[in-house]
Amino acid sequence: MNNERPRGRILAQFFPPLTGLARRGLAGWAILIGGAIVAVIAIMTTVSPWISPYDPIAINVGPLLSHPSSEFPLGTNHLGQDMLSRVYSGGAIMFQVAILSVIVCLAVGVPIGLFASYTGGYTDKVASLVMDSIYAFPGLVLAIAIAAMLGPGVVNMALSIAVVYVPSYFRIIRSQVLTIKELPYVEAAHMMGAKPRTTLFRYILPNVIPSIVAVATINFADAILTAAGLTFVGLGLPVSIPDWGWDLTYGRRLLPSGAWWVITFPGLMVVLLALGFTLIGEGLSELFNPRLQR
Amino acid sequence: MSLRSYVITRLLLTIPMIMLLLTFVFLVIRVLPGDPASLHFEKQVDPQMLLEFKRQLGLDKPIEIQYVDYLVGLLRGDFGKSMQDFSPVSQQIFSAFPATLELAICSTIVMIVVGIVLGVQAARSYNSVQDHVIRVFGIAAYATPVFFLGEVMIMVFAIYLHLFPAGDRIYPGMTPTGLTLGGLHLSTGLYTIDSVLEGNLSKFIMSLRYLLLPSLTLGTVLCGIFIRLTRGNMLETLQSDFVTAARARGLKERTVVYGYALRNAFLPILTMMGLEFAALLAGAVLTETTFSWPGLGRYLVDRITFRDYTAIQGVVVFFGILVAMVSLVVDIIYAYLDPRIRF
Amino acid sequence: MPLLDIQSLVVEYHTLRANVKAVDRVSLSLEKGHTLGLVGESGCGKSTLGLSTLRLIPPPGKIVSGQITLDGIDIVNCSEEEIRRVRGKKVGYIFQDPMTSLNPVKKIGDHFVEMIRTHEPGVAKEDALKRAEEMLSRLGILPERINDFPHQFSGGMRQRVMIGLALALDPDMLIADEPTTSLDVIVEAQIIELLKELKESLSLTLILITHNIGIVAETADRVAVMYAGRIAELGETGALFEKPMHPYTQALLNSVPNITKKGQILSWIPGAPPDLAEPPTGCRFHPRCPYALDRCKEEEPLLLKHNSSEVACHLYDRR
Repeated sequence: MNNERPRGRILAQFFPPLTGLARRGLAGWAILIGGAIVAVIAIMTTVSPWISPYDPIAINVGPLLSHPSSEFPLGTNHLGQDMLSRVYSGGAIMFQVAILSVIVCLAVGVPIGLFASYTGGYTDKVASLVMDSIYAFPGLVLAIAIAAMLGPGVVNMALSIAVVYVPSYFRIIRSQVLTIKELPYVEAAHMMGAKPRTTLFRYILPNVIPSIVAVATINFADAILTAAGLTFVGLGLPVSIPDWGWDLTYGRRLLPSGAWWVITFPGLMVVLLALGFTLIGEGLSELFNPRLQR
Repeated sequence: MSLRSYVITRLLLTIPMIMLLLTFVFLVIRVLPGDPASLHFEKQVDPQMLLEFKRQLGLDKPIEIQYVDYLVGLLRGDFGKSMQDFSPVSQQIFSAFPATLELAICSTIVMIVVGIVLGVQAARSYNSVQDHVIRVFGIAAYATPVFFLGEVMIMVFAIYLHLFPAGDRIYPGMTPTGLTLGGLHLSTGLYTIDSVLEGNLSKFIMSLRYLLLPSLTLGTVLCGIFIRLTRGNMLETLQSDFVTAARARGLKERTVVYGYALRNAFLPILTMMGLEFAALLAGAVLTETTFSWPGLGRYLVDRITFRDYTAIQGVVVFFGILVAMVSLVVDIIYAYLDPRIRF
Repeated sequence: MPLLDIQSLVVEYHTLRANVKAVDRVSLSLEKGHTLGLVGESGCGKSTLGLSTLRLIPPPGKIVSGQITLDGIDIVNCSEEEIRRVRGKKVGYIFQDPMTSLNPVKKIGDHFVEMIRTHEPGVAKEDALKRAEEMLSRLGILPERINDFPHQFSGGMRQRVMIGLALALDPDMLIADEPTTSLDVIVEAQIIELLKELKESLSLTLILITHNIGIVAETADRVAVMYAGRIAELGETGALFEKPMHPYTQALLNSVPNITKKGQILSWIPGAPPDLAEPPTGCRFHPRCPYALDRCKEEEPLLLKHNSSEVACHLYDRR
């Protein structure tokens, strides 16, 4: 036990499962830090109605386009809205869109992936072809096309993102299922008369779950970035909802006049949130498939 | 399998993929919303006018006929007509394409150079602070929305420091014209090359100045993958026998790292380039909007503002075919270079 | 003053699983012109020891503590530039597998030229090539083959090329790390003869790392037997072979079949080498030792002088 780091011992007092992670090297730290970032932002967004000094969509609460000051720590935008309040609450949309798209992907991608790759044959070939075609396509462009046709709104954005992302789930599930399918213990289950459904759910699915979780976290990160992107090109939400994406879009036009704070703070929040999820996803991937065996 | 049969197989596979893509886009744009024509008009419009409008665009025919027209049209290079002025979309596409191409090429160069240099550094200083910083940088760069980074770049370099222009592709009136020999005119649409062909140094430098910030932005955001790839390959290679043997001979570290180890990492980097092309195009859409770069991406975003659904369809289809072609070429090159793939 | 002096060297590999002590407090010294044989099973740390004399240990390996002094130079603490100048010029290193140690896309001649011009920048390419040709012919390779690539040579020839490269800059010391393990027996004999002859004519100081005790018997002045990262026994070749002291050495020598002895049953050492991440307590050999005492399970034996050799075994420790 001489190798235990001192930090690990402190954490051990409070969070037993976390010490396991901290001892897992860099990947563990990535998950911890990413998780912390996401948790802080999520909490901040949830309690924003109570901690926001002003109503984020109320206009003219202060002088238009004022610098960050003691009264308005993050300044105000061209509509006189308080940036701090908007930063607190702007993440809500991001979370909603991301969570919704992940749910859709899981609901659609996982069953198709499991079923198609397990069944094999034509079903598998056709499904793979469709999924590969979508996967190869530039994600944002496809999302733009779909969002343009569906119109603005949280659900529509989530759907566009989900369509673009389902192939990723499909591919990873397929590669896992194809490997596990051939393993002796699955064959053994077959020979003992297990029904395909049992094999699928009791043998294969549990082994696929870690990879699904890893993809889902990266999906979160991508969903946030794509949502911001969709808003940026004008396919996002009505202006009445506080949204970092909107601040980024409008903040852009305010830059030449020197009002850097409108775009910077929401932008940093988007980066942080995406970074948080990405760290978790990367850490999970590294834990489940360590790249460098030493 | 010989190279020839691989190429044929791969080509045959591309066709259904493209068909699927075309059908998918058609479904999304023509079928999904019900009627793209009425969607185009925000307010209520006189049914007679609407019918005439649809007739002009071929949107009044039954859906199956529209589908066939669409496919046949594409074979002829017809990407549809704009809802705004009924002009052929293909014209716009082909005039905007070179700008996007130039941006894509330069961004790729940035992406690969930064990715390799940082990846090598990370591998060499394995597990050190530098290594971790570089890895986090790669992840953070990817987590940054490309338009945010672009705006920051503009803020810092163009507005505060006045070092580079904040947008557009070239100063008005300074467009390079390419080579003109007697009656023959050669221009690529890529301003850097055209200015060289023209022999005009100041235009060349100017086109580079305008090109720098956008390609730097797009290249940085996507370089994370190359950092990771290079780092991984280098770590493996740096442990291999002939690298240790080279060090044992007292060769300079720089020779060992770049001359010996890096040679190995090259092929995977090449393939990754092909795979990243789609991401590059997607990023280009946002980058072009941010920097007012007159390419396909900005054209697409413009058309969205105008609810020009037929034009949107044309551009999206073009993107799809482009990506399919590029990945086909990359796969073939890779098969040529690495015979193991064919077997 | 000895040419090479190693004091209490500890080399560890820091993996995510655990810290592996590949070399655990090893001390030995080598006089100029002498030959040291370093023997032991695979994984006992002899290669790591060899690599550490030139600070060539790949990460996550690290020299944790101890001292290595080579011709007055502090190997552990000197700068990158200083160690680079030692490698190849002061010390030549021969690797086990000549196939993977040569750059497959470089001609043999270019290997030499690159090396010579790195250490002696003023030398012209033609002169460097000349020297390469001389070296190759000395080793029994036709000088015209200087333009060939590594894959065009046989294993034995490639090893000769490696030896040539190691000796190209007239080093003081040569470290041969399992130089014949990947070669067949006849070629092995040729290479060993070659090494012996070069040792004489160039008055080299040689470290021969191998698991083949037979080669060591013919070539070395002194032998160090390593087990699980530590030195078990260290002494003059003759004395060690005639009267091996450490039980491990005895078992090693016993396991070599003797074709003159009739009806001999092949003997081996029971058990397996220990996991260096969690080595046995006390003496690392005790689980496999036929003479293990209670003391052996608890206390690590120190390398102490006994007669003219040194041995790390409680059987000889009268304290």
